[in-house]
Amino acid sequence: MTTLTPTKDVLPPPTERSTVLGWMKKNLFGSIGDSILTILGGAFLVWMIYTLIVWITTKAEWAVVTDNLQLFMKGQYPADADWRLWFLLFLLAVIVGLMWGIAIKRPTGAGWTLLIVPIVLAAWLFTLERSSWWRLLVIDVLAIIGYLLGKRYPSKLSRITYLLALLYMPIVILIVRGFGEDGFLFYVPTNLWGGLLLSLLLAIFAIVFSFPIGVLLALGRQSKLPAVKGLSVLYIELIRGVPLITLLFMGQLMLPLFLPAGITIDRVLRAIVAMIMFAAAYMAENVRGGLQSIPKGQYEAADAIGLSGWQKMVFIILPQALRAVIPVLVGQFIGLFKDTTLVALLGLLDLLGIARGVLANPNYIGRQLEVFTFIGLIYWVFSYGMSYGSQRLEAVLGVGER
Amino acid sequence: MSTEQTQQSFAESIPDRERIERPELGSADEPIIVCEDVHKWYGQFHVLRGVNMQVRKGEVVVIFGPSGSGKSTFIRCINRLEEHQKGRIIVDGIELSHDVRNIAAIRKEVGMVFQQFNLFPHLTVLQNITLGPIYVRKWDKQKAEEIAMQLLERVGIPEQAHKYPGQLSGGQQQRVAIARALAMQPKIMLFDEPTSALDPEMIKEVLEVMEELAASGMTMLVVTHEMGFARAVADTMYFFDQGQIVESGPPEQIFENPQEDRTKLFLSQILQH
Ligand SMILES: Nc1ncnc2c1ncn2[C@@H]1O[C@H](COP(=O)(O)OP(=O)(O)OP(=O)(O)O)[C@@H](O)[C@H]1O
Ligand SMILES: [Mg+2]
Repeated sequence: MTTLTPTKDVLPPPTERSTVLGWMKKNLFGSIGDSILTILGGAFLVWMIYTLIVWITTKAEWAVVTDNLQLFMKGQYPADADWRLWFLLFLLAVIVGLMWGIAIKRPTGAGWTLLIVPIVLAAWLFTLERSSWWRLLVIDVLAIIGYLLGKRYPSKLSRITYLLALLYMPIVILIVRGFGEDGFLFYVPTNLWGGLLLSLLLAIFAIVFSFPIGVLLALGRQSKLPAVKGLSVLYIELIRGVPLITLLFMGQLMLPLFLPAGITIDRVLRAIVAMIMFAAAYMAENVRGGLQSIPKGQYEAADAIGLSGWQKMVFIILPQALRAVIPVLVGQFIGLFKDTTLVALLGLLDLLGIARGVLANPNYIGRQLEVFTFIGLIYWVFSYGMSYGSQRLEAVLGVGER
Repeated sequence: MSTEQTQQSFAESIPDRERIERPELGSADEPIIVCEDVHKWYGQFHVLRGVNMQVRKGEVVVIFGPSGSGKSTFIRCINRLEEHQKGRIIVDGIELSHDVRNIAAIRKEVGMVFQQFNLFPHLTVLQNITLGPIYVRKWDKQKAEEIAMQLLERVGIPEQAHKYPGQLSGGQQQRVAIARALAMQPKIMLFDEPTSALDPEMIKEVLEVMEELAASGMTMLVVTHEMGFARAVADTMYFFDQGQIVESGPPEQIFENPQEDRTKLFLSQILQH
């Protein structure tokens, strides 16, 4: 009665069972040479981490950071306008929460990380000053409320959410800057903006504005109209031939020559404009790379169904071209964020400018390592955040899969 | 045409199938496509050297010929993916010129299916199909989607509507491409080697869709070397060589009694097994 029954079930793929020991044996101690390298490398690593921990916990004097935390975060921005910055953070938390609830609909690792950051910071602040730490927790609460609402009523809330997201930058400017002599939104001149606040504003503005300009320049460079094409090429090549710092100085020193006497443009604004102009040229070249990766057949298919030139670009070509260059663009955004430190050389008090100012204070002589470790960590957190965000975005958009 | 030469028939080599039933052709006096002495150059290279063709409403035209003979170039002139430089092309009463409005008007009426499918990889099947109707024909989304679903039904893959092109087989992709072209409700369909990039078992499913389309009375210009399809469906076959029409006629004539040596040579090459 031996019958060969065919397997009815669909079999799962074989899984390779690996144990920690097995993995180590294979990858770290495969041969005598490997073993020696592993031991040496491991010893060096342990020694380094140990030294670092000892330095952080016992030798370093963090007072330079904790005493000046306000400065690092917002420069000379007046204390009685602090609530505006908190309000903007709260608004951001609600928007992000809503979008998360509407679009992603489930808590993910990235979501938890975003929630944990304010808690950790709050705990740290609590040990320092015990006044504003609870506001960090409000951020989490608002984000969670936003998330739950967004998940509950996605269709009702999606329009207002995206509207808010779109208006967020103008709202930020309006509220940070303020208007009028006094009143509750009194005007805060840009020379008081500083620290992380200024760095972030510079970076975000440079990114948000250089992106569309860069796309237009890239399209201009491909244009069949000689004038448009010529001007685009001229602009791109001119700007790319000049270092950013030169552009920044030109903005500060040369621009006034061209303006009628009496009219001055805000120094921060001049720096932002220089950064936008600079970034746009590079953006254009990156986008052009994406455009060139689109096969001719895509243009032809779009033509064949009768799409107009603009429709073809907006619906067919740009979505694919931009998607293809997300990693490059985000790389550029990260570079741009770090390049904002150059404005410190103009005397603007961004995060690096503040750091230099603090270190010039005789009370903190010799505290370079602490200060630069601290601001380095801040730059790293934001840069890595962007990098991680772009990886998630790529995964969501399925780059490379199709 | 009647001088008795050595008669050579290729009909044996082609699977004998019944002709597809089709509605009456439109009147020969009012052709839907007229090409008169069409010339085109790529730089110094003379690709199209005086092509004349008239296509009646509902007619199925098969164009065949050696590689590089200008078949693709010609068919692409009809919806202005390529520009002709001399002669006239009149499609559905509109003469093709530099006038952008004419080009837009003609592209609404002429659908095209490519050898490489050219689906939009970032859009779902449904979005691929509804894009033209929504933005060119200006239909509302709901109507466009209803019609798209009917078309997917017609080409036999309604269950794939929400997938991306990259998730479909070649044959399925080409059927989506046909549905995408049909969604614009064109009067004329152009096919440029629609089955050449497909594995044999998928060729049939695409040809069946095309045969059904022909049976429904669509005017079709098909560049293909699928002679079984030509025999069952074509009204007129045109043999292209070196940018010219060397010979044309109904399939019986082309297969059973081709007149030109070049035609015979080419048929013997593609039909030998
Ligand atoms: N954009 C172009 N620039 C220059 N020459 C071209 C271009 N496109 C096609 N040609 C040339 O024109 C000739 C005709 O090309 P076409 O694609 O029309 O041929 P075809 O008959 O469709 O051939 P196939 O069967 O290989 O598709 C070929 O010699 C080709 O090399
Ligand atoms: Mg061809």
